[in-house]
Amino acid sequence: MTLVLGIEGTAWNLSAAVVNEDEVVCEVTHTYKPVTGGIHPREAAQHHAQFASWVMSNLFDELAEKNINPNDIEAISFSQGPGLGACLRTVATAARALSLSLEIPLVGVNHCVAHVEIGRWKTPAKDPVVLYASGANTQVLAYRRGKYRVFGETLDIGVGNALDKFARSAGLSHPGGPQIEMYAKDSVNYVNLPYVVKGMDFSFSGLSTAATDALQKHTLEDVCYSLQENAFAMLVEVTERALAHTGKTEVLLGGGVGANMRLREMLDIMCDDRGASFYVPEKRFMGDNGAMIAWLGLLMYKAGDTIEVEDSHVNPNYRPDMVDVTWLKE
Amino acid sequence: MAEGVNEMIRDGAEAKVIRRNKRLVKSRIPKRYRVRELDERIRRERTRAEARLISQARRAGVATPVIYDIYNSTIEMDYIEGKPLKYVISEGLCEKLGELVGRLHAAGIIHGDLTTSNIIWDGSKMWLIDFGLAFSAEDIESRGVDIHVLFQTLESSHPNHEALIAAFCRGYNRTLESAKDVLERVVEIETRGRYA
Repeated sequence: MTLVLGIEGTAWNLSAAVVNEDEVVCEVTHTYKPVTGGIHPREAAQHHAQFASWVMSNLFDELAEKNINPNDIEAISFSQGPGLGACLRTVATAARALSLSLEIPLVGVNHCVAHVEIGRWKTPAKDPVVLYASGANTQVLAYRRGKYRVFGETLDIGVGNALDKFARSAGLSHPGGPQIEMYAKDSVNYVNLPYVVKGMDFSFSGLSTAATDALQKHTLEDVCYSLQENAFAMLVEVTERALAHTGKTEVLLGGGVGANMRLREMLDIMCDDRGASFYVPEKRFMGDNGAMIAWLGLLMYKAGDTIEVEDSHVNPNYRPDMVDVTWLKE
Repeated sequence: MAEGVNEMIRDGAEAKVIRRNKRLVKSRIPKRYRVRELDERIRRERTRAEARLISQARRAGVATPVIYDIYNSTIEMDYIEGKPLKYVISEGLCEKLGELVGRLHAAGIIHGDLTTSNIIWDGSKMWLIDFGLAFSAEDIESRGVDIHVLFQTLESSHPNHEALIAAFCRGYNRTLESAKDVLERVVEIETRGRYA
């Protein structure tokens, strides 16, 4: 058994986990919760710096309880990007320190690819089209010739940020997604809002603004419902096109927005009509989590894909299609 | 609606295309996952946009099917008799195609799906069909992606693609002022690998 410790901290969730080939051995998370408004990048980074030692000591306590010697950990992986620069640097510093003190290799992980790989690990999906929908990232990905290619992506903000932005303007607290979902259930009317799919890409910022404006004339419930309907239909349309284009027969959902039941229902209907299989991992593996970073770290470590500390700079704009998928054989 | 035998031409994700004698009937398929109002609006708007761009292209000197009728999310248009370019491809025809795409782009239209199946040669004239993914744009990036899709088709299905691409560029350079910038962008897009 190979043990790898992974640290995630690209945005608001600071999470560390140890995995082996079979399971998540342990995971400790501390979440930054803004007092008002959304994620403040500097405050999020300060949170991670403040709680890094707390998360680590709790993780090592749990390992001790399971009679696992920290010296048996073979590699340290961390989110190299994409994410908020200050948060990435904080977590990278912690990972480098661990790598040096435990004298084990460092693995730099692409956060988006980690979402894909944990889904493939925790569901029966083998070679899926992946809809990765979170606050900052919204992409449709699929494996092709050595890389996870981006078939479609947001031209501006992530779908989660669009929902949160609207929620704040409507006086709802952060994160807005779950509240929008709740209000949407009591809607009686669909309200016309922008629907923006350009080729294989989507755009959400205009939709979010239009939804805020619509509150002048319509009820919160109706606007929440219509906002969800438009935003998710855009995601599902591009996912379906990627299925048709690649000829793949599986869809995998990942990212925090994947918790939304209406989005799941829409994807389920689309897959049903196309004869494709639809997979959703359990909720703890959908949003940002340390286990996915540890898991991809393990895959990459076993493929010999490690980095030196001096080459371990973070990349806030790290794209999934920049990563050579060294751990998969075609 | 014309009477006659229906022949399914394409049963795609977004639309189905039926041939009825000399006419082609393209209908956008309802999607169960979308709320009905939104679904109807999208299909109606896209159908109208497609019909408008087909007519605009023709006015710009690009041969496209004549449209007879538009209702709900269905277009009835001419069925173009001829062979898809992929079966009759040659350097000469690629040069003609370059001129055709140059005129299309100069008119502010991006086809969006330039494959050698969507270009028809009737023995004397070259036709452009299926404007289902077309849109209006005049920027270098959109034009570049349009051509990148075509080059990919050529590279994947024709062994002498280098000569065919060179011929296309000759025609394209003749009809579009910004052709040089666009073709440079195509090279850059290829290295990004995103559309690969």
